[in-house]
Amino acid sequence: MSDRPADTPLLEVDRLNTWFHTRAGIVKSVRDVSFTVGRGEVVGIVGESGSGKSVTGLSILGLIDAPGRVESGAIRFEGRDLTKLTEAKLRAYRGARIAMIFQNPMMTLNPVLRIGDQIAEALTEHQQLSKSELRARCIAALEAVGIPSPEERLKAYPHEFSGGMRQRIVIAIALVTRPDLIIADEPTTALDVTIQAQIIHQTRKLIDETGTGLIWISHDLATLSELADRIVVMYAGSVVETGTTAEIIGNPRHPYTRQLLESVPSRNRPGKPLRQIPGIMPSLISLGDGCPFASRCDRRIEGCTSPIPAAKLTDTRTVSCINMPEPQEAFA
Amino acid sequence: MTAPEDTVISARDVSKSFPLEKGFLPTVRRRLTGRPLRTVSAVDSVSFDIARGETVGIVGESGCGKTTLARILTGISQLNGGSLTYDGMPFDEYMKDPARALKVQMIFQDPQSSLNGRMTVLDIVGEAPVFHGLVPRSQKEAYVREYLEKVGLSPDFIHRYPHQFSGGQRQRVGIARALAVKPDVLVCDESVAALDVSVQAQIINLLMDIRRTLGLTMLFISHDLGVIRHLCDRVIVMYLGRIVEIAPTEALFANPLHPYTKMLLDGMPRITTQRREFMSIRGEIPSPINPPRGCHFNPRCPYSTKQCLDARPPLDTAEKSRRVACINWRDAAEAAGQA
Repeated sequence: MSDRPADTPLLEVDRLNTWFHTRAGIVKSVRDVSFTVGRGEVVGIVGESGSGKSVTGLSILGLIDAPGRVESGAIRFEGRDLTKLTEAKLRAYRGARIAMIFQNPMMTLNPVLRIGDQIAEALTEHQQLSKSELRARCIAALEAVGIPSPEERLKAYPHEFSGGMRQRIVIAIALVTRPDLIIADEPTTALDVTIQAQIIHQTRKLIDETGTGLIWISHDLATLSELADRIVVMYAGSVVETGTTAEIIGNPRHPYTRQLLESVPSRNRPGKPLRQIPGIMPSLISLGDGCPFASRCDRRIEGCTSPIPAAKLTDTRTVSCINMPEPQEAFA
Repeated sequence: MTAPEDTVISARDVSKSFPLEKGFLPTVRRRLTGRPLRTVSAVDSVSFDIARGETVGIVGESGCGKTTLARILTGISQLNGGSLTYDGMPFDEYMKDPARALKVQMIFQDPQSSLNGRMTVLDIVGEAPVFHGLVPRSQKEAYVREYLEKVGLSPDFIHRYPHQFSGGQRQRVGIARALAVKPDVLVCDESVAALDVSVQAQIINLLMDIRRTLGLTMLFISHDLGVIRHLCDRVIVMYLGRIVEIAPTEALFANPLHPYTKMLLDGMPRITTQRREFMSIRGEIPSPINPPRGCHFNPRCPYSTKQCLDARPPLDTAEKSRRVACINWRDAAEAAGQA
């Protein structure tokens, strides 16, 4: 499909900065964020509220509205910089090449349209298909995400489905155009545990079958550890650590990642006090150039208030810390 | 089943149903046809005891009735079947005395909507203790400062409004408000669900701290099994309005007896360095309006038999201090052991 060399990643986010110009000051939601996504690869972005993970996802699709704006950096999709494209050109990518799944399926689904028409719309926007072909593709899409009796369900409206079923339909719409990349922002957060397990199971299967790249944005380290090939850890707008799932979970090197993992209840002896990170996340307006975690970090040294370069530890791994703790035995 | 000595809360066949239809026309139709009005059973005949000083978790998915149960236990909703006693006294009688009613407090999921945005922290926390005469009005401010400190907030925040706090701080205000009237029983309904992991750890630690220092009895309602496991002595598992299993926490997590509990534990994401092959789980939670016959779980259960359709399985004693509502739990346990 593409005449680029094989080593060009599917998506390359390069020193992305997305800022919001508010009356109170400039909110630097995303600061110098870089990562790549390969074909058939699942990259998890993990972070707490205000870490910039969602804004990163929206920036890729050019969905940042005023007062926000992509200030600098590049988002290269198969080598082409999306930030340089006009709105009209970008439309050809949205939905067709890059699809997005949001947390709340009712944000994506139109409540007054039958779901069959909504799936078909995604197709006809980008391709010309005969009526019977269109119908077959819609049925196949619903089947792929595990919706029972898809022929009849095409005529149903979104309110006739449960929350888990709605999220499957949204995934079906995202997949029907056979995109190269899917960005999923907290897609299972609002769902029950058993339904979440079903959806993750199905998504993983579809990714393995189709070779689509997937960015899975979540605050939940446990879900990501089970699903992702690589993990990007964000804090207060910056990437603090990236690596394979085994590297991040088995041997976190940034103090924030390590403390975050240690504060998860299942990582602590039941009934004993949880390890907690003192303090709260700093305001994104008054953040200096240094490490954003410095004010809460127990390994803070003098140099932490100057800009911190990302140190490349292995081919797959970068850590933005100048005083990182020693590697530790995998404690899983 | 008789309640042991140190029981605080004792529930027997507690039920709560909500009407699906009301008003003039349905009433006329019922009079004419004799067909009863349709209702949805949110809590369906549940029985349990809670001992003094114990922390009991109630876990289950959407629509299992855990929040309705919490609202019944705090007197926010009225039960419409069965009986509930507090300290051996019928619930209605217990709640008649305001001084006793105060002893049961609730901490809600969303501090944003459970705190009055037009009141300062001073009034939010201080109003009830002053009204009920726990502290004279002249000492209200000092009293509130003391409680803010107890929950880890700076006493200087006393004149702030809820919107001036972060989510974790707001939840602390909610906890201070509940503690300020000196409760014996604290009901926490998804109190840490909306918080980030690092903030969640802070609030869980705070709850464990106050439980220890004040000797509180706690009911902790959550869908998060990790949090339940960390905090609770015993766990009640609910499914579609019914209790399917009650067990001490460690025993439950080591060896779940009910097939639903097993499914729930299997679905729980764990932090691992290996990619997990997710089991495909059968079906969805059925609608509580039209629940399946017999055991509510039978359509999704891998061990269901014909008998499961016949009647509701009783909550039987399975092992020491464990009860399970499944007629096939032995077979299920055996099958799981072989797998």
